[in-house]
Amino acid sequence: MEALIQSFFNAEIAAAALPIVLDGLLNTILLSLLVVPLGLLGGLILALLANVRHPLVRWPLMAWVDFFRAFPPLVLLVLLFAGLPFAGLELGGFACVAIAFFLNTGAYYGEILRAGIDSVPVGQVEAARSTGLSGLQAMTYVVLPQAVRNVLPDLMSNTLEVVKLTSLGSVVAVPELLFQARQAQSVTYNPTPIVMAAVVYFLILWPLVRLLSRLENRALAARR
Amino acid sequence: MSKWEKFLDTFFNARVMEKYLPDILSGVLVTIELAVLIVISGLVAGLALALVRSLGLRPLNWLIIFVVDLFRSLPPLVIIVLMYFGLPAADVSPSGFVSTWISLALVLMSFSEEIFWAGITSIPKGQWEAARSTGLSFGQTLINVILPQALRLTIPPLTNRTIAITKGTALGTVVAVTEILGQASSAVSNSYNPSPLMMGAAAYIVLFLPVVVIGRWIETKFAWKR
Amino acid sequence: MAAAIVEARGLHKHFGALHVLKGVDLDVAERELVFVIGPSGSGKSTLLRCLNRLEEPSAGSIMVDGINLLDPRTDINHARQRIGMVFQSFNLYPHMTALGNVTLALRKVAGKSRGEADAIGRQALERVGLGDRAGHTPGQLSGGQQQRVAIARSIALEPRVMLFDEPTSALDPELVGSVLGVMRDLRDSGMTMVVVSHEMGFARNAADRVLFMDEGVVVEQGPPAAIFENPSHDRTRAFISQIQRH
Repeated sequence: MEALIQSFFNAEIAAAALPIVLDGLLNTILLSLLVVPLGLLGGLILALLANVRHPLVRWPLMAWVDFFRAFPPLVLLVLLFAGLPFAGLELGGFACVAIAFFLNTGAYYGEILRAGIDSVPVGQVEAARSTGLSGLQAMTYVVLPQAVRNVLPDLMSNTLEVVKLTSLGSVVAVPELLFQARQAQSVTYNPTPIVMAAVVYFLILWPLVRLLSRLENRALAARR
Repeated sequence: MSKWEKFLDTFFNARVMEKYLPDILSGVLVTIELAVLIVISGLVAGLALALVRSLGLRPLNWLIIFVVDLFRSLPPLVIIVLMYFGLPAADVSPSGFVSTWISLALVLMSFSEEIFWAGITSIPKGQWEAARSTGLSFGQTLINVILPQALRLTIPPLTNRTIAITKGTALGTVVAVTEILGQASSAVSNSYNPSPLMMGAAAYIVLFLPVVVIGRWIETKFAWKR
Repeated sequence: MAAAIVEARGLHKHFGALHVLKGVDLDVAERELVFVIGPSGSGKSTLLRCLNRLEEPSAGSIMVDGINLLDPRTDINHARQRIGMVFQSFNLYPHMTALGNVTLALRKVAGKSRGEADAIGRQALERVGLGDRAGHTPGQLSGGQQQRVAIARSIALEPRVMLFDEPTSALDPELVGSVLGVMRDLRDSGMTMVVVSHEMGFARNAADRVLFMDEGVVVEQGPPAAIFENPSHDRTRAFISQIQRH
């Protein structure tokens, strides 16, 4: 037991690693603040395009979304990070993460927002247009607010996944939480810093998980 | 050489591709093996936890909820890294393959438990009462009346979640699992050419795109109608 | 009077601070149809649900067909086969056909083979006039038909007594008659029944005894004519005149 505590909850090492881990946490937060809006933007573009019900738009769009749902985000990231330099394009880890998330999480956000827009009755657009609002105005002021509210649990659940996915940044040397913890671990030969990172992830994401499981329970019950 | 030819020669180099094709194919096998293990053990464990939870034993349920919340909160890569780099300090040294399998199975278990549980609790109380009033036991009611309805309800969210988590097999590359991405990455550094990575990417699409398309079909087919 | 099939004594039921049953006695003789009326919240549904232990009484005793229902050694699942129950909201299993609904307990609790269970199930559906609907799922049936399938689900187990919890309250008016018809046939065949309902016409014609409950107690009971024409309590009179104004 003593030995286990020395290995996984070593106070001395924890104290030494704390600044490094907190630095990583800061970067994880900054990274999330970048990639969540980026993914939402990508998703919004896809959802609005899906609203154009022309087969020439619809089918390529569906293929695009399914492609990124099938493609592991890490593979996408490595492809950008390790592949593009061969084409003379060195983007750096941070930019690669941003692009990969824009594409990958955008596809997921897009599916969710599309379902949300579909859930708003046509009568809402008709009513808005009959008062003289333009198509874009009707979408912005009438449809989207209702759509977002209808799929809020799904949007939040996807956002949770996106924040967790930022840990992939560690693979391309973005100094986020996991990367920093692994740095500290390799210097100290002790897994305490990784345990610290896990605890930090748990503490910041647990409230969201709790909230979500309440919302999801309700959503599934309402489906019947 | 024109620009286009140079591009092809770099990213789709026939000689390199031929050389590393066997590596990529063996990576495909490892990915499939991992995926099948994760899906089976994760879903079975998730359903088992949901069934235990339906017994309503307070302290046990708190434990289940905590475990499920834990593995929903932690990034899968963190769990894998913790198992692979951390556990040896406790004299347990799981291989990269086992670390990836167990970690992702725990994640799938947790997400599927939540979904199964939501499905079970969404079946109206009257179904329980009707079945119990004809003399069916708790277990018989659960298996014959509640689960068939609950499972139908859970299939669409479960399919999507299972696909998303199974794609995580690529994370195994971080702990030296020789799955597709791992094989492709080491081939790239050996050949100084990105073609193996393109092959790896293609392999993922060939593997997972059909699953995603089938998932989409399942989603429409099992949309709940009464 | 024939031997009692149901003997409930001193039943109490608390829901938290709420005292829903305050010492209710109920005897039901063989082949008797007891009709329970009372305002909502009077405890009549709770009484009914105690009689097959869907609700656990807080105190009291219940004997059904000689079985002590509250004895922990009693196999409640076996006992419940002798006590049929029909619900307001039918509670048919939506993922099974009408025949599947009727035969599930026959196979799983009574231990009949599929062939035997199917034969009994078809007979039961025949009895409620739905022999031709055996393969339909609840979603393909009208409310009245669904409730008749629910009745068939109970009678297939050959219960000694049947409990009806507002069986027609969820039905459109034009469908009520078919369900009441089945209930009348059951009564004529000698089934012992306890019915909670607002169908006063049916009570007048078919009941042997009417019980008026209010605030967790049986206020009075007697033959339908006496209760409806000449109640001895003001509360009963007020309730009946209110119902009949509708």
